[in-house]
Amino acid sequence: MNLLRQTVALLKKEIILEWRSKYAFNGVLLYIASTVFVCYIAFNLTPNFKSSSGYPLVWNVLFWIIILFAAVNAIAKSFLQESKSRLLYYYTIASPQAILLSKTIYNALLMSLLSFLALLVYMVFFTNTIGDTLWYFLVVLAGGITFSTVFTMVSAIAAKAGNNGTLMAVLSFPVILPVIMLLVKISKSAMDGIDRSLTYGNFGVLAAINVIVIAISLILFPYLWRD
Amino acid sequence: MKFIYQSWWKILAVILVFYTMIAGFLLPVPRLPILHETIRNVYFHVPMWMAMLVVFGISVFYSVKYLATNREEYDLIAVESVNTGIFFYALGLLSGMLWAKFAWGEYWSNDPKQNSAAIAFLLYCAYLVLRNAIDEDQKRARISAIYNIFAFPIMIVLLFILPRMTDSLHPGNGGNPAFGRYDMDNNMRMVFYPACIGWIFLGVWVATLRYRIRLIENKQNSI
Repeated sequence: MNLLRQTVALLKKEIILEWRSKYAFNGVLLYIASTVFVCYIAFNLTPNFKSSSGYPLVWNVLFWIIILFAAVNAIAKSFLQESKSRLLYYYTIASPQAILLSKTIYNALLMSLLSFLALLVYMVFFTNTIGDTLWYFLVVLAGGITFSTVFTMVSAIAAKAGNNGTLMAVLSFPVILPVIMLLVKISKSAMDGIDRSLTYGNFGVLAAINVIVIAISLILFPYLWRD
Repeated sequence: MKFIYQSWWKILAVILVFYTMIAGFLLPVPRLPILHETIRNVYFHVPMWMAMLVVFGISVFYSVKYLATNREEYDLIAVESVNTGIFFYALGLLSGMLWAKFAWGEYWSNDPKQNSAAIAFLLYCAYLVLRNAIDEDQKRARISAIYNIFAFPIMIVLLFILPRMTDSLHPGNGGNPAFGRYDMDNNMRMVFYPACIGWIFLGVWVATLRYRIRLIENKQNSI
């Protein structure tokens, strides 16, 4: 119960800090909006792009690529931003598991909100072709949460290896690729309006990936933070 | 650790690998449509992955031991095992590509198994990049051990679970018959199992040699 209490306290601290500065949220939201706009302009240089046959395919893949880069940018901050002395202070008052859990939950909340908003912004610019909208939103939510569980641990590793943005990308992309493959597949079937029961298995795999990643992170993080 | 200085398993490895080189090309194989003589590739392609898995497994084992004890030798074993494993990984990919050229018509045909093998390859390349990014010895050992333990289950998922869920052309995936189940007759098993054992021992041998070289270098540097 001590762990739970510490996690809740740390989570509250993360949310209050974010609420005061709104740095990560506004920054990443602006990042998403400008990326969407750049893509919108670039793709519409080709006349008749919207009526071409590959449009739904591009729609889906482009959205996930935008979310992927937004997630890397948003979550890389979670450990890179903390100063050394502040981290030291946390470790004297809380268990490492609580620190990791609070960061993961905070990132999951942030990412689900951001990916939800990103989808709205995206739909404004790119004409909506989704068949099963509710299911698509659910897939996006699941994707945001999975990104945050995976990237939190990777950003912890990258932060220890010298605050390096390149390293974050190099380490996280191979790890996230299977997730992206699954997400693109499920979201495409939601887009085509395929029967929901056919994608239950894929959601199961996503849940399993989350559980495995969180379990490994909880075991490994105590070794990581000691200097 | 006495095991790595013994010679019986090294002799066994050499004998078995030579045996499979000869028997693999000469012994009869079942005639199957599409595969024909390319089925012999199973003697050379699959053992590469077996050796790779064993060597990566050793590496993870010693990464865990490193985190528990902080002894530098364990880190050296882990990194040299990964180096050897990556070499066998590349050989496995290349022999698979060569086979795919004849069985599927393309070296790389966007098959799920090939794609996830390439992704898992990147995963281990990232391990080497991570090691280069950190200067301090102990910190490098600790962080790369953590990443190694983190990467191994993902590699397993990529190579052995995800391709099975989709339609891969690779034998053993997506409802295609596996070599092991019923396409392989007793003649083939007599070559296949020795080949696996031989290459696994050979892989471990290479890893131990590299580890011993590193150990000597370390001693010279510390004096």
